[in-house]
Amino acid sequence: MEMFLDICKAFLVGGAICVIGQLLIDLTKLTPGKILVLFVVVGVVLGAVGLYEPLAKWGGAGATLPLTGFGYNLAKGTKEAVAEKGLLGVLDGPLSSASVGIMAAVMSGLIVSLFARPKEK
Amino acid sequence: MAKRFSPSSPILLDCLKAFLIGGLICCFAELLTSLFSKTQMTLEEVKALVLVVIIALTAILTGFGVFDKIAKHAGAGTAVPITGFANSIVSPAMEFHSEGYILGTAANMFKLAGPVIVFGCGSAVVYGLIIYIFGWY
Repeated sequence: MEMFLDICKAFLVGGAICVIGQLLIDLTKLTPGKILVLFVVVGVVLGAVGLYEPLAKWGGAGATLPLTGFGYNLAKGTKEAVAEKGLLGVLDGPLSSASVGIMAAVMSGLIVSLFARPKEK
Repeated sequence: MAKRFSPSSPILLDCLKAFLIGGLICCFAELLTSLFSKTQMTLEEVKALVLVVIIALTAILTGFGVFDKIAKHAGAGTAVPITGFANSIVSPAMEFHSEGYILGTAANMFKLAGPVIVFGCGSAVVYGLIIYIFGWY
């Protein structure tokens, strides 16, 4: 039952974040690329001021899977790295905490490009 | 690539579709998290594995051309979750394959993901500097 509730929360939070993105696409002249950048930076800022943490606790994957969660993860990882390594952590933390996502996407992109061909447009 | 995320249908319908599809993707991730948590993996490992599974699925669906069809309806629903980030790497990797592995696939992979990483990590560095200087960690 608890699992079902968690999934509902993830649905609500994740859906709501996507609606914000959709409104930005429809109502402003921002291109999707800029919106993705905006979402990550907003995630870093919200993570930095501690506002994203409660959302991530409540919404689970609904808050961590959108790109704002990616940004929140960067802020969290940087803080941990600075606490552990001091000044070195400032440069070491950000990319380290994003590495799993980036490398998974890069390697799967490489593999897929070996087999798949883009559809004719 | 940018065009496919920018449909011109009514805003309310767009938002509803983005909410449903984006929500469902997050539901699926939460379901995976619950299932993987039942194993002996730590929470950190579970979260990483869920991320990898979602990214790999996105790559496969992009390869078969299915992702584009979903994305056309979903708009921000597939662009905002990590699926959009993965698609932004896999899609040009495929598209520019004809120009060779180095200057085609590899060089174009980060066309959209590059800015995300630069500004995401860049702002994290600024944050790291601030907390280091003020000792807030």
